[in-house]
Amino acid sequence: MTLFLRTWLCLVAGFIFLPIFVSMLFSFNEARFPTLPLTGFTTGWYEAIFSDPDFWRSAKNSLIVSTTTAVIATFLGFCTAYTDYRYSFRGKSLFLAIILLPPTIPLIIIALAMLAWFSRVGMSGQVVSIIAAHTVLTAPFAMAIIRLRLSQIDESLEAAAWNLGASEWRAMREVILPFCKPAILSSLFLTAAVSFDEFTVSWFVSGLNKTLPVHVLEIVQGTIDPQVNAIGTLVFGVSITLVVISQALIFFRLQKAST
Amino acid sequence: MRRLNLYALTFRLPIIIWQTLFFIGPLIFVVAMSFFVVRNFQMVETFEFDSWKRMLSRDFVWDAYVYTVLMAGSAAILASLIAFPAAYCLAFQTSARTRQIAILLLIIPFFTSYLVRTFSWYTILAEAGVLNGAVGLVGLGPYTLLNTYVGTLIGYLTLVMPLVLILQTVTMANIDDRLIQAARNLGCSPARTIWTVILPAGKTGFVIAALFAFILSFGDFVAPFYLGGSNPPTLPILIIDTTKAGQQWPRAAVVAVIMMVTLFVIAFSAIMYAYRKRASR
Repeated sequence: MTLFLRTWLCLVAGFIFLPIFVSMLFSFNEARFPTLPLTGFTTGWYEAIFSDPDFWRSAKNSLIVSTTTAVIATFLGFCTAYTDYRYSFRGKSLFLAIILLPPTIPLIIIALAMLAWFSRVGMSGQVVSIIAAHTVLTAPFAMAIIRLRLSQIDESLEAAAWNLGASEWRAMREVILPFCKPAILSSLFLTAAVSFDEFTVSWFVSGLNKTLPVHVLEIVQGTIDPQVNAIGTLVFGVSITLVVISQALIFFRLQKAST
Repeated sequence: MRRLNLYALTFRLPIIIWQTLFFIGPLIFVVAMSFFVVRNFQMVETFEFDSWKRMLSRDFVWDAYVYTVLMAGSAAILASLIAFPAAYCLAFQTSARTRQIAILLLIIPFFTSYLVRTFSWYTILAEAGVLNGAVGLVGLGPYTLLNTYVGTLIGYLTLVMPLVLILQTVTMANIDDRLIQAARNLGCSPARTIWTVILPAGKTGFVIAALFAFILSFGDFVAPFYLGGSNPPTLPILIIDTTKAGQQWPRAAVVAVIMMVTLFVIAFSAIMYAYRKRASR
């Protein structure tokens, strides 16, 4: 029984990680069409993408979009988390719903809605449109991380600061913000990573200012091109670094908090 | 009630304004757009039922609808069934530390591009691909998997499996151990323990996991497009085709509204079911 379960677990893990592994493996394989047996080692696909101006343009857009998104989404997430932590008021659940709902709506619908809306208000095909869309998509993650951190704070800390004569603003600056710093940093990295990978909404609203995933989408639509594996492996490297930093920040803080 | 001051508003207003501009606004607009009409390649803002009549009277729309619901439903059920033994193993037969590491590992797929993973499956499943190359070495195949519903399902499972596995593992790890011990002590077989203790105790988690699997598959265009060959098309592919190929945005909006209503009904029923307390006896 135990043996069966262990084997099953390995098979499921295999299913999940096989495409990631295969993509990395074949980004170094010579043959244009990936199949077994392997044909020989090459770094040609990486050289191909590095010499492609389209790659650099889209990578630059992705960088701008994901960093700006991270800052705005984290700000929105922080405001919501703090409001939820500190206040109770009529319509609060509606207030929380408008920021937490986006992940439950299929991206394709959000993409169409954004495309139509942005063309209506004259904002279509710009990098800022992608950023606006991505902040809505990623703010819930920021909110979740920061709210989790706020639930660990001793509520009397802020009140103590007020009693000692600090204004609400000063208490925010000297008590709440320092306490939330690891969660805020972690949220910056996580939202950047999510934004960096998003392609459905970007594809619809980006126009000519495509991001890296949209560039990949366009290559995939054309032919079988192992460049995709190489880009995928690079993007994987970037995303995973961001996530590891984000996780490490939460992890070490939790350890510190519990000791 | 406390009076609203500048400080409190600073944290509330930006959210309300931002989300209204970039979330509520677009969503309401897409509903309104389904009543617009296209004349001379220009979208005219009116209130007419042209697009609705046209889309609802077409067989291909209904075929796509049924196919999408069935495929997303199959993906949700398959993912739940396949993930269950693995989650069971992680929840009950490994240490807390191993489980933590496993969950961290399972987060990795969320940050590898789903597009790249799909492309990878494409090269694995192709007629001359990795899988057929491998089984060809022992004289089997080749099998046709691409451009069939099998390809689509594999894509959906790639998308949802990590999430379902994580949710199920967390659900089962949080079930009170004493319940399971009690069942064992009273002579329950493992199968009966699962059926009478674990499934009811973790109902909420299992239903939510399946619901997420359904929502994600229902809205995904990558798997049915690249692995299923749009054959037949799903609702998201209809949206893309009508938006990108023509100027028929109102018709795409009709499909989007149909999808939203469907999801709302299914999510609402699933959540009601998940949180319903069992009748007291």
